[in-house]
Parts: sequence; C-alpha cells; structure tokens
Amino acid sequence: MLSGWSLIRAWTILVYLFMFLPVAVVVLLSFNASQFGSFPMTGFSFRWFVELWHNDAILRAFRVSFVLGALTAVISTTLGVLASLALIRYDFRGKNLISTALIAPILVPEVVLAVALLLFLRFLAIPKSFPLLLMGHVIFTLPFVVLVVQARLVGIRRDIEEAAMSLGASPRQAFFEVTLPLLAPAIFAGMLFAFTISFDDITGTLFWKPGGVETVPTQIFAMLRNSISPEINALGTVMIVLTVGLPLLGAAVARRLGSRTN
Amino acid sequence: MTEPAVQLDQIAKRFGPFTAVHPTSLDIPAGHFVTLLGPSGCGKTTTLRMIAGLLDPTEGEIRVKGNRVNEVPIHRRNLGLVFQNYALFPHRTVEQNVAFGLKYRNVSKEEAKRRVADALSLVQLPELGHRYPRELSGGQQQRIALARAIVIEPDVLLLDEPLSALDANLREDMRVELKRIQDRLGITTIFVTHDQSEALAMSDQIVVMSAGRVEQVGPPEEVYNTPANEFVARFLGASNIFEGRVADATVDVVALDVPIFGVVPVPAERAQGLSNGEPAKLVVRAEKLKLARPGTDADGAVSVDGVVEAVDYQGQVARYFVRTGESLLQAVNMIDDHPFAEGETASVRLRPRDCAALPGNK
Ligand SMILES: Nc1ncnc2c1ncn2[C@@H]1O[C@H](COP(=O)(O)OP(=O)(O)O)[C@@H](O)[C@H]1O
Ligand SMILES: [Mg+2]
Repeated sequence: MLSGWSLIRAWTILVYLFMFLPVAVVVLLSFNASQFGSFPMTGFSFRWFVELWHNDAILRAFRVSFVLGALTAVISTTLGVLASLALIRYDFRGKNLISTALIAPILVPEVVLAVALLLFLRFLAIPKSFPLLLMGHVIFTLPFVVLVVQARLVGIRRDIEEAAMSLGASPRQAFFEVTLPLLAPAIFAGMLFAFTISFDDITGTLFWKPGGVETVPTQIFAMLRNSISPEINALGTVMIVLTVGLPLLGAAVARRLGSRTN
Repeated sequence: MTEPAVQLDQIAKRFGPFTAVHPTSLDIPAGHFVTLLGPSGCGKTTTLRMIAGLLDPTEGEIRVKGNRVNEVPIHRRNLGLVFQNYALFPHRTVEQNVAFGLKYRNVSKEEAKRRVADALSLVQLPELGHRYPRELSGGQQQRIALARAIVIEPDVLLLDEPLSALDANLREDMRVELKRIQDRLGITTIFVTHDQSEALAMSDQIVVMSAGRVEQVGPPEEVYNTPANEFVARFLGASNIFEGRVADATVDVVALDVPIFGVVPVPAERAQGLSNGEPAKLVVRAEKLKLARPGTDADGAVSVDGVVEAVDYQGQVARYFVRTGESLLQAVNMIDDHPFAEGETASVRLRPRDCAALPGNK
C-alpha cells in the first residue's frame, strides 16, 4: 500500500524528471558520435563541440551575445546603483512612482514589454539597431540590479558614512572609501544577474534585434527551424554551463567578498 | 573670561510643521564635559547633529571657537563623533579604522602610526590593531570608535548615547573610562544621554531638555538639589512633590506650608526667590525622606506617620511606598538591621535643608 508520503515523493521525483530530463538528454546527446542528434548513442565524441568552434555563424552569435551581455551588465549596474542610492538615501517627490517604474519590467510579461517597446520605436520612426537592442536589455535587467543593490544598501547604516565624513572625508570620498566597498558584493551579483539574463534572453531579442544580428539564443532558434543538428545539443550544453555556472561562481565570489564585511 | 569652545545662539530645528528644537542658546566652555540629558524624543540628537553639521539649523547660529560654522560642511568641522552603534567601518581593520581620519590631515606615515598606537593604548586596546570590528565585543568596538574620534585631535568630541548599547556592568566601567580619557585629554565634550545616572556621574554641566526646550543648565549637584521646575525634579531621580503656599519668607528661610508636613522652613537659596503668600511646591528627593520607628527622637526633622504599603528591595537600598492620608510617599533608604516590612507603621522624616521649593506654576 502506498502511503501519502511516498505518493508525494514519487510525484516530486516525476516533476523534477520532467524539468531536468530534457536538459540531461541534451547534455548527453551533445557527446554522441552519431550523425543524428538523437538516440541511440553510437559512441562518445567531442566532434560537435569542434564543429561549433568552426561554425562562423555561431561564433559571431557568441560574440554578439558576449558584447551585448557585458554592455548590458555595465550599463544596468551603473544605472541600478545610482537609482538605488537615490531611492534609499534621499527623499524626493515622485520617489514611489520611480521605484515602481524601475521594478515594473519584472511584473510585465516580457512579450508585452517587447511589443510595447517595438511599437514605440515604430511610432517614433526609429529603425531597429544594436543600441536599441541594448536599451531593451538594460530595461529588463535593471529591476534585478536595483533589487539586489537596494537590499544591500539598506543594510549599510547611514552613520557609517557620517562617521567617515566627521573624520574628514568629503561625501564623495566617503562614498568611494566606505559605501562602495561595502556595496561591492551586491554590485557584483547584480552585474552577473544582468549578464546572465541578457545572455539567455530570446523573447525580447527576437522583437528588437536588427536584421542580420543574431545572439546565441536567436541563432539556436534559427537553426532549429531548418533541422535538428547535433550541433544544437553541443551549443545547448555550452549555454547550460554558462548560465548555470556563472551565477554559481558569482555567488561564491560574493560570499567571499561579503564574509569580510558582515 | 576665555571664549566658549562651542556657542549655540538661538538655534532651532523644525521638520515641516513640527518643532524638534525650539530656539536654544548655550555656551560650552573649552575643556568642559557637557551632557544633554532628557527623555527620548526631546531633541538631544537633533541638537547634536546640528553641532556636528549633519543637520542644518532652521534658524540661529552655531559658533566653534568664535567662528560661525553654519555653512561649514561636516568634513571640515574637525569634530570627533561617536555613535550609539559604534559605526566602525566593517571592511577595515581596527588600525585602519583609527587611522582613517589622519588620511585627510597632513600627517606623515610614521606619525600616523605613532598616533594610532597612542590612541589604542589610551583606550587600553593596544593589541587589537589587526582585528576586524566584527571580531570585537561591543565594549571593545566602542573603545575603538572613541580612539578613532580622538586621534584626529578634534576641537569638540560629540557622543550620542555611546554607552546605551552596552550591558549594565560594562556601561559603568566605560563611564569611568570615558571620563578618565576626557580628563586626560582635556577635550571639550558634548555627551547625549537619557540616563540621569550617567549624566550625574560624568558631567561638569548638565543641560536638561524636554520637548525641544532647555529646562535647566547647571553642574550636577545644582541640577539635582535645586531643580528649576517639576519636570527636572521628577526626571532626575524620584522626587516627592507637594503643593502648598509660602507661609513666611525672610532673607534666609522661606517657610512653606504643605498639608501633610505642616510648615517646612526651606533655605532661601533653594527657594527660587519665592515671596510671602505665593503658591509653591515642596520638592523632596526620595532618598532624603527617611523612615524611622515611631516615637524615636526626630532630631529637628519634620515628620509624619504613615503605613508602609509596598517595599521594593534593590540590594543595598530599599524603595518604600508609604501611605499618609491621600498621598503616597516614596522613600529610598539604605537597608539597615531592621528594614521596614509591608503593613508596618513608620515615621517619615525630612530635614528642611534637604528640600527645595518651586513656584506653584513650574
Ligand atoms: N528627520 C526628521 N524628520 C521629522 N522628525 C524628526 C526627524 N528627526 C527627528 N525628528 C523628531 O524630532 C524629535 C526629536 O528627535 P531626537 O533629537 O532624535 O530626540 P532624542 O535624541 O532626544 O531622542 C522627535 O520627536 C523626532 O521624532
Ligand atoms: Mg537620540
């Protein structure tokens, strides 16, 4: 007889299998020596990774994704830190409105955001371009940065900055000597978040990218439309390693940075 | 007379419609230890922050060594600031914390090193330079915060409830320690606290505040023995206050007629110049009200019989609540061989020279 608990356990396992089995299959098949990107496995091989390396379109897509992700991370983090400082440290009119507007992109479905921005650009008769794609990515990564940085900033007591100023540091010096170092783990985490989210994104990118520009996700999407090449499995594996590995690495670094200051 | 180190000239602070500090003037002599004392929310921190340059006064002028500093930003005021929560830089070692202020002053590396070491030995923590703040106890952190503030040789040392976050025993040690360091350096100090025993133990001058106003300024004994009004009498220790009337006023003695005790001749210097027939209040500190066995010699004291209603033993002393007619008297006495028990009848005595008199409307 099955007790309630074992039912729940079995169900949980099923759910996890449903979520992670496809991922596992992709990773497994990326090492398949066979011509076809499907079972049965005929041997272990790195050939699809090598082919990836020689595929110009994919390399180009990687370059675009990296540049886009890095720029998104830098811009989003800079804006996010400045916005958080303003929202936490100063009082001004319309503060709540701005705070909500900054976080809103998380709450709005990405498709809606994507279409809205596209229509807006259309309305202004601005052609699609890489900077506009970048702007789109900044808009929807900003909330993550703002949330992470704000959470840390409320934990940095104002009297620490005041102590620095009483000792002779100008407000700027106090910021760079005290606030910024204490904020570093959050800034770092926010950057990684922004990079990973941008690197991973397909919905917004499909709407906003100019013709001829492909990021890794849109490249995969395009390749899938023609055929299911085993290369896609290899590419998928690379993406998984990057998007799972980076945040883990980031968390580890942030923990090290944070342990010295808490 | 030398110039005061700090002068507050009618400074006031309003937050929107709310007045946190009413126009206040105060002279703080160089080298003095001055305490702002008052209940929570009375405007002590606001006043201190205005002196520090962390808040702009709504009106009035602040002078340090005779110079107006209203427009001088905090980092140019050369003040030492110590907070209730230490406010050490968590990402810096103790040494780096203490040396922080020297970076902004023209101090050579060697001299900085020496001064940091001196400051650390002054607060009796010379060995902890390489630790991080989180590796220190609260008391140690507060000592480091003090070292960090004094190493820059500030014109004025400002402390906002620096002992309030420490536990009771440590607080008393730190009190002595802080006073020793202040004496040694002779540094002008403004200390904020809501704790009257701290204020009485450490200060040269106490500034008693309430609801954004200064109620009384004076040395501890004066504020304690001759409170300016009922608020001060009640805030500094437990007091018994009786309404009455001046029965007779001479140059030396002002005799108050109060219902319970009859006529009490208060020394004139403790009677605020009250004149004949005026309504007045008699103030008697709880520890100046002595309980004795009925029928024993009163030795010139004014006395009244009552019944002990409650006893609160506090180690060396006991706090008695004694009922006489309508009034409940409070007496704090040393515990001798025969402490009084609840329900006992006691003779409550006071010496007129231990009393103070206030005008009826204060
Ligand atoms: N920034 C502010 N805005 C509005 N009211 C304030 C502000 N700072 C302090 N107050 C008010 O001013 C009064 C005095 O505060 P404070 O000086 O901190 O009191 P204390 O230090 O004596 O406890 C309090 O009623 C407090 O609520
Ligand atoms: Mg306060």
